[in-house]
Amino acid sequence: MTTTHERVAAALARIPYARFIGLRVDLKGDELTLVMPFGDHLVGNPMLPALHGGVVGALLEMTALTQLAIASKTETFPKTIDIGIDYLRSGRPVDTFARARVVKIGRRIANVQAEAWQGERGQPIATLHGHFLTPEEERGA
Amino acid sequence: MSEANPPASYAAATDDVLQRILSMFQFTPQARALGIEVTRVEKGRVWGKAPYREELIGDPEHRVIAGGVLTTFLDQLSGTAAIAAMETPTTVATIDIRIDYMRPAEPGRDVLAEAHCYKLGKSVAFVRAVAYEDSPDNPIAHASSAFMVNSSGGRKFGANLRKKS
Repeated sequence: MTTTHERVAAALARIPYARFIGLRVDLKGDELTLVMPFGDHLVGNPMLPALHGGVVGALLEMTALTQLAIASKTETFPKTIDIGIDYLRSGRPVDTFARARVVKIGRRIANVQAEAWQGERGQPIATLHGHFLTPEEERGA
Repeated sequence: MSEANPPASYAAATDDVLQRILSMFQFTPQARALGIEVTRVEKGRVWGKAPYREELIGDPEHRVIAGGVLTTFLDQLSGTAAIAAMETPTTVATIDIRIDYMRPAEPGRDVLAEAHCYKLGKSVAFVRAVAYEDSPDNPIAHASSAFMVNSSGGRKFGANLRKKS
């Protein structure tokens, strides 16, 4: 488990954009949570104030990619084919968490769902579903 | 080289709409942090630019800009197109956005995008957008999205700072 944690944390740390939005990895057993601590530069609407939807989407996509990399036992992040993001509540100026579930890894395409929340796990602020090229397919391409 | 800082042109957008759009970008901290900007506005249509920056790389091996940057850029530009379609500008909030990735962005190059609000309803605005380096005929990504119109109706400044009951 330590090796998975280190591997994922190291792979994420190598991504400049993950540092730009301040992502942190929290791995308990095989349960991965990405944490995006609040930062002033993440705000989209300064009047409410609310997090930028794009950043919440980015957190969800990074979580899906990381979970899929773990499930595929690779340090190479998969390529995104498409993502759909539903916004349920405005993101308040506090820390945001996200978890992803790999629904299916096919021979060529993987299907992943992810959810982001703040205070309460049961009240997600946004959800994502996406399709990604499986690492096998990328290697063969 | 992509065009460096093309001069902003604002054909067919009223002063009120234009001011709203410019200040929306100017006062969006995440847009400023990414360096994204509006380069042209017409009724219901906007063009913009996301500059290539090392700190925004999502694939260190190939030095490609992160998908999350495009998500934010296309979301912001699409919301702006919805506002640019209005006679009287109001706030919008993203209901959902779907992004299709056709290919990775070219390393070292700015990403351009254009967004078109093709239907503005009383409650919902529908927008599509495309991101590219040179021409929309060779797209990096395509987005379609829906926005709630007048999203902050009744909500006051600092509403998100209060504890929810």
